[in-house]
Amino acid sequence: MSLMKRVSLIFRAKADKALDRAEDPRETLDYSYKRQLELLTKVRRGVADVATSRKRVELQAAQLQQQSEKLTGQAQKALSMGREDLAREALTRKSALSSQLADLEQQRAQLQGEEEKLTLASQRLQAKVESFRTQKETIKAKYTAAEAQTRINEAFSGISEEMGDVGMAVQRAEDKTAQMQARAGAIDELIASGALDDASSINRGDDISRELDAMSSQSDVESELAALKAGVSGGGTQGALEAGETPAPAQVEGARAAEQPEERQ
Amino acid sequence: MIVRILGEGQYDVADGHIDALNHLDAALESAVESGDHDTFRASLDELLTAIRVAGRQLPDDSLQQSQLVLPPADATLEEVREMLGDEGLIPG
Repeated sequence: MSLMKRVSLIFRAKADKALDRAEDPRETLDYSYKRQLELLTKVRRGVADVATSRKRVELQAAQLQQQSEKLTGQAQKALSMGREDLAREALTRKSALSSQLADLEQQRAQLQGEEEKLTLASQRLQAKVESFRTQKETIKAKYTAAEAQTRINEAFSGISEEMGDVGMAVQRAEDKTAQMQARAGAIDELIASGALDDASSINRGDDISRELDAMSSQSDVESELAALKAGVSGGGTQGALEAGETPAPAQVEGARAAEQPEERQ
Repeated sequence: MIVRILGEGQYDVADGHIDALNHLDAALESAVESGDHDTFRASLDELLTAIRVAGRQLPDDSLQQSQLVLPPADATLEEVREMLGDEGLIPG
């Protein structure tokens, strides 16, 4: 038997099973309508849940993007200080972030797709529920229980198929969202642990930043030291002292100390 | 003939197209049976596209039952197998 036929028979079996429960068929109309409204609520909640997941993924992507830009800055700074090794480390981390970012973008697109599908499903279901409600009132007003059966079957089978379809769509969206939430949770943990090198993380901090800062302060010390040394050795020759217009007291002292041995000779 | 694509909606397809659709459906069915993922994806896409092109989409408030029902466009081969073998996939 054809695949299209087999799937349709599965849906019909569901509808028939729901109808068989009826004693006075007119009562099942109200019961079914109530279930339709419940499903409608469920689909709308599904849309909201998927949207929440999508926003979470977007937030994570923004965090990683920021981190990625920071690493670019660090690489530039490291290179300007002649530390190619640090620049390489920063860029290596950045490339690890890039694949995470690509993954997040894929997740975001999937969630958005689910969100749109569920939104359309809820619109279709709402239109059908409204149509069912109208038919239900007509059937109840016009027909006796015996006469109502055929009409009820018609209205029922149509809405039942839709409910099966929508129920399945919600289920699939929930499954997909659950998978992505597990992955999002893992990324949150990575960010929290500092493994993705979030500068705000207290545990690990940002070692590249620390090293660059250390290099900066070290180079400040070196340049100051060099200036001092220049002053000290500069005092050793008369010309250098004359060239310096206002030597600092320490330099003058140093210069005198350096000069004295020469005077004794 | 009314055809439903799950997750998408219902289409009214003129009887003249049925032979062509059955042909595509047979290819899809054999892909599901053999477990050939590539052929499955290609034949599902082809079948759904044919229905969208040949059919007229039913209005949202229509309460008609479908003669034929097809898996959603993003269904996997495994999902379709599960759908055919186990009614549990369809809640309600």
